[in-house]
Parts: sequence; C-alpha cells; structure tokens
Amino acid sequence: MDKRMPVVSFRDYSFQYHSQAEPTLHDINLDIYAGEKILIVGPSGSGKSTLGHCLNGLIPFAYQGEITGTLEIAGETVANQTIFDRSKRVGTVLQDPDGQFVGLTAGEDIAFSLENDCVAVDEMRERVRDVAAMVDMEDQLRFSPYELSGGQKQRTALAGVMINHVDILLFDEPLANLDPATGKTAIEIIDDIHRDSGKTIIIIEHRLEDVLHRHVDRVLVMNDGRIIADMDADTLLCSTVLVENGIREPLYTTVLKYAGVELTPDMHPGSIDTIALDGCKDKLASWMQQADRTLPMASDHVILSMKELGFSYEAGRKVLSDVNFEIFKGEMISIVGRNGAGKSTMTKLLCGFEKPDEGRICYDGKDIADQTIRERAEYIGLVMQNPNQMISETMIAKEVGLGLKLRGITGEEAEGRIEKALKICGLYPFRDWPISALSFGQKKRVTVASMLVLNPNILVLDEPTAGQDYRHYTEIMKFLVELNQQGVTVVLITHDMHLMLEYTHRAIVLSAGKLLCTAPASQVLTDSDVIEEANLKETSLYQLAKRCGIKDATAFVQCFIDHERWVRQI
Amino acid sequence: MKLKVFSYNSKDTPIHKMSGLTKFICFLFLTFAVMFSFDIRAIIGIMFFSLWIFKLSEIKFSQIRLMVIYVAIFLVTNFILSYLFSPEEGVNIYGTRHELFVLFGKYSITLEQFFYQLTKTMKYASVVPLGMIFLLTTNPSEFASALSGIGISYKAAYAVSLTLRYFPDIQRDYNNISMAQQARGLDMSKKAKISHRFKNALLIIIPLILSTLERVNSISNAMDLRGFGKHKKRTWYTGKPFERLDWIAIAVSAAIFLATIALSVFVNHSRFYNPFI
Repeated sequence: MDKRMPVVSFRDYSFQYHSQAEPTLHDINLDIYAGEKILIVGPSGSGKSTLGHCLNGLIPFAYQGEITGTLEIAGETVANQTIFDRSKRVGTVLQDPDGQFVGLTAGEDIAFSLENDCVAVDEMRERVRDVAAMVDMEDQLRFSPYELSGGQKQRTALAGVMINHVDILLFDEPLANLDPATGKTAIEIIDDIHRDSGKTIIIIEHRLEDVLHRHVDRVLVMNDGRIIADMDADTLLCSTVLVENGIREPLYTTVLKYAGVELTPDMHPGSIDTIALDGCKDKLASWMQQADRTLPMASDHVILSMKELGFSYEAGRKVLSDVNFEIFKGEMISIVGRNGAGKSTMTKLLCGFEKPDEGRICYDGKDIADQTIRERAEYIGLVMQNPNQMISETMIAKEVGLGLKLRGITGEEAEGRIEKALKICGLYPFRDWPISALSFGQKKRVTVASMLVLNPNILVLDEPTAGQDYRHYTEIMKFLVELNQQGVTVVLITHDMHLMLEYTHRAIVLSAGKLLCTAPASQVLTDSDVIEEANLKETSLYQLAKRCGIKDATAFVQCFIDHERWVRQI
Repeated sequence: MKLKVFSYNSKDTPIHKMSGLTKFICFLFLTFAVMFSFDIRAIIGIMFFSLWIFKLSEIKFSQIRLMVIYVAIFLVTNFILSYLFSPEEGVNIYGTRHELFVLFGKYSITLEQFFYQLTKTMKYASVVPLGMIFLLTTNPSEFASALSGIGISYKAAYAVSLTLRYFPDIQRDYNNISMAQQARGLDMSKKAKISHRFKNALLIIIPLILSTLERVNSISNAMDLRGFGKHKKRTWYTGKPFERLDWIAIAVSAAIFLATIALSVFVNHSRFYNPFI
C-alpha cells in the first residue's frame, strides 16, 4: 500500500448514540496512514472511546446510533461491513485484561478468533505458538488466567488479536489496569511490535506521559466530540492545548515551565530522553533555590500501627510476614506495591475480614484483635475501587443512610448525619436523585459519603482515581484533601505514581508480603532499588534532575511536590 | 488466593488423552447401564471397571476427599430413609419374605429388603466414580467441545465453558461486596433474624448483579470483536481428534451397556435379578 494512502479515513463523520440527546462525535475528518503510530488523548466524555468503537465496529454492531459522513478502512467504505469483516482489519485490545480473557488458558484465549474461523486444530496450534513467541508468552500457554499477571493477560490479549494478521491494532486505554512498571513494559512491547511488523497502531489513553515513553508519530487531542489538535508530541507539549483541555502534561515539562523555561519544538520535549536541556540547568537550579518549601506538618500521634503482622491463607504460603508500620493521625498516606504484594490482604486484616496469624493491629494504642468487622467500621471506612460493588440502594440519601439504618440509628439523628455527609461530599443538591443518574466520580462520592455517616477517623480507599481523567482525578483528590484537612486520616492504596507523589506525604511500600520501606514519596520514587523491587516507575522528574546534573534528586522532587501543593492552594 | 472450582489437572494417562467427546459418550453409556439394571452382578462388575479406570487416570484421593464425604453422607441418609418410608419394598419386588428379625412395630428386617437396598446403594456408588473421572480428567473447554460434538449448539456449549471461566471472578466480586456491606454494619451471621437475613442478602445480590452485568457487557464486546458467532460451526483449540483409543473406549462401554440390557432381557426377564426364587 502506498504510504500516503490512508488506511483509515473519516470524512465529515458524526455519531449520535440512540440513548443520547446530542451527538458524541462531530464532523470528524481524519486520515491515518499505513504504518503510523497514533495516540489519541482526551478527557472522559471527549469521544475518544466512541471514536475507537467506530473503528473496531462495535459501533454500530453493539452500540446503535445515527451515523452521518463516511468512514473508509483500507479504501473500503465500512457502511456495509459486519463486525466480523472489521475484526479482520482492526484488532482491538480492550482496557480490562480480565474482561477480554475468554479462554480457560492463555493458549485457548489466543486461539479464540481462529476457533471462530473454523481453522483446523493443527494449524491453529502452530499459529498460536508463533504469535505467542512474538509477545514472550510461549511458556505460559497452558496457564489459566488466575496464574497470569496483569501484564501477561494483556500480552495474551495482544497475541489474540495479532493472530488474525490485522493491519491496524487499536489499544483502548491499555494502561488503566496495570502497575507502573508493567505499564511501561506494555508501551515498550507495543513499540517493538510497531517497529518489527510495521502495523498501524492507534492508542487511546489519557495518561500522556506514560505513552510518550516511546515515540509516537502523531498525537490527536479530542474534546467535546471534536479533534482539537493533531500534531507531533514535540509541538503539542509546547502548546497550551493540553492545559486547556484538561489533560495532564508530563511532570518534567510542568517543572520546566515553573522554572521559567520556554519550550520550543526543536528542543524535542516529546520525551524525557529526547529533550534538549541546554540552558535549562541554571534555571532549574535557581528555581530550586527560590521555590516555596513549607514542609507539611505531620502529627506525632500514632492512630494505627501494625506490629510484626503475619498472615497466610494456606499453611506454608505467607501472604504477609513481619510487617511493621505506623500511621499518624491526620496523615494522608499511600500503600503501594505490585499486584499480589499483599495490599488487599492488609486491608482485609485491618477491617477484620481476616484474622492475622501473628502480630497485632493497634488503633489508638489499643489492640483491636477481638473487635468485629462492624465495630471496626465505626472508625475505619473502606471505599472499594468499583463503586458499583458498594451501592445497593437506588436513591442517594437512602444509600448514604444505609449504614445507619443497619445500626438501628433512625429519626432526626440519622437525618442530621446523612445531611452532613451529603454536604461534605457535595451531594446535598442531588439527595433525592436516583443513583443511576450519577457519573462515575459522583458515585464514588456516594460511596465515600456512605462511609462518612459512620464518622470514621480513618478512610481507606482502594484506587480512588482508577480510570479517571485528569479533571475528575483532580476533583476526587481535592475532595479527599478537604476531608483530610478536617482531620480524617486518609490511606490510599494505589498504582498511580503521580497520585502518590503529589498527594501523600509518605508511602508504605510492600513487596512480596514484606514491608520494603516507609518513606516520603519523593524518596521512594528516586530510589532505584525500591522502584525495581516494588514494580514502580521512577518519576521523570528524577531523570530530569539527573540529566541536569542536580545532585540531590530527592530534594529536587520534594521541591516540586511542595511547589505543586503551594500552587494548588491558590 | 487461587480459586479453583474445577480441580482439573492435566496428566499423561490414557484417560486424559481421550477426547472429551469419547469420555462423555462412555460416561453416558455406563451411567445408563447402571441406571437401567437392578442386577447386582452387573452393577458390581461396572463398579470394578470404573474403579480400574479411576486408578488408570491417576486421580489422587485428596482431590476427591470432600466429594467422597458428601456422597457417603448422601448414601447413608438415603439408605436409612428408604427403609423408613418403605420397609417392605424388597418383599413386594422379589415376591418372597425371609424375615431376619423384627426391629419394632411393623418394621422388620427382611433379606429381600436388605438385598434391594444394597443393590440400590451400589447403583449410586458405581455412578459416582464415573462422574468424578469425567470431571477431573476433562478440560472444561474440551467438555464444551464435546457437547457441541454431540449436536448441541456451540453457543450453548460455550456458555458452559464461560461459566467455568468466570465463576471464580464472580465469586471474588461476591466476597468483595459482602465485605463492603459487612463493614457498613450488615449482619450476615446466624444471629440475625431470617427475614432480616433475606433482606440483607438482597443488599449483596443487587450490586453483584449490576457488576456482573458490567462484566457480561465487556465479555460480549470482546467476543464480538474476535468473531464469535460468525459461522455455524467452530473448531476448538482443545479439541482432540478421534484416535484408535477413543473408538476402543466407546466400543467397550457400548458393549457393557448392551450386555447389561441383554442380561435383564434374556436372563432375568426383568430389570431385577432375583436370587430368592
């Protein structure tokens, strides 16, 4: 195919879901050429996922709506194609590695589309082996999804679409469910495949900095159903498009801007590895001198402590061993570590769903071993990642009041407490709304409110910002900071390095059931041993500091954090 | 925590090598034979045969211990209840009455009743190892391919495999939801009243249904995108072609089935074997 002949071509394309009053996509005109690597960014609701659905055929096959304009893929108008024709051209790797794993083993899952094509068993096995080798999964073909890590599941999904010899690979938020180091590897694998196979790659993702870890040809910025910008990464990072459209820019460009450096495309700011930093060094150094650095006040009153904690589900296989740490009253702290490091087991022990085999958990100096789940819930509120797993009533006020009702608290006291919780969470105006009318972020607030009515002193949140764009992320975090300022101790279990860096003073790092360290976030993310051991990813600020010859990188990162906090306060 | 509903483990035995369809057909033949016949000789014969297969397939006792306990409880309960509800059933069937001793009132132990119940218990006891062998040596997706092999629509057959695939996930969702609700004060223990417990169960089931629907949506998208349902037929990655061993196994089980029927029709002239006449 001629290089300048587009493989994907949208012309005056608009789309409106039947269930929506307004079109989700407006007048899209877009050409994507064979072998290009494209990144599509945009806030939630910008239409980027809808655009992906239009490409892979889920629109109009699974989601009906009204299409105007044309879409051509490989020179053919797609209007009359079925989703099966389309799956021969466009292979899609979906966001949730579990939801798309339909086979009982990795091999079976990779073979899924061949099975549906009635390919003979022998040929199928050979092709599965070949494609598995391309993604380094040939030794795990017999593994069940429960034996695979998140990254391996994603590789399986990738192999499962590549096996069809598709021309176009579409990745729908590939980083959403991966820990930082695995996410970085995923971006590298995608890049390797792009280089080796020359396939057209389209990545939909809002975590810009993480995708730009490897080169992309063009970045499209979407908002309100339109393509706002279409340029290379270097140009984009020098423009104001990202800030205007609520997309987070990479940390290293933020700090350079703070330091008064004017970015230009010929500095190649697209990646921390390519950016030319001549002349930036002095500016950064003097910024570091000037920047406001008021250290956060930590109280020294220990509210929660784990002492020599050990636990195993089955004899001989310790999930946690000898874990010791303290959490101070009024602190905002994060617990990080790779999947399976023991983070969720820790939560279970804390809330009393499981009993520790060894050691003690103390709340306010007292051992809580003999307290029930319900008693502990009076002071520890647990908010799960998926609000849909917590909400069981249909109306907001009722849902928030459920915990009180179950405790037999009714009447004026209950109403007062519900009203207060709703007000804190900014939900009071919606109190009589059905929950189904709320957005994801608002539902999250409902779940937080339903914990707050019980007046907990500690709030534990599992991945509070997972899958949220920058605006919602900031909104949720701002809300948690406010709660924190009112005296609630906030514990965040997270994979998000930005969140840990920006919002939590200290981090508890777990690895393989052991406590690796408790240290300030700036120190954790600049310590290469801890980063490797816990599958974290070093911050680009650290790389920036190194490249600019700043000796105390940890202090530099801390300086940035403090400055950010200071900026946010205004 | 690894959740395994199906403790299928792949091993290199002749039984594991057979196609799932073969095992399914053999299972049906042997089960029907045992279900049809009340001839204890045939039943014991099949039982020894299935124990031999059991040994061949290298299943460890630890894998089936729980199941064996349940089956044993069931058999004992069944034995006692059958007697209590119908103590003269054996006498009616065999037409003679050899009373051993009187237990109390109208309950007496007869040789006929004992023989009848022994036969019945053996029937159950010989089917169980067959079922266990089938479940423990057949890869669940191969089972799905076996179902579609006997003419069941592959979409229905795939549903079986999907259920097995996602059962642990849904179980995990359930645990998470249940924990979150308990933390809010939901009493799931036996202390709560029955009516409350029912209401409380609803508080867990509603979010479970909602999150399962979410899951179903993403699975069905993933399947659509990879061409599920494109053709009338599909092949199976785990499917095994029929080999000599498969034909031999089917022939042997068909022969056992026919022999059992023949025994009833030509020798016993009834489904029952009567040693009392």
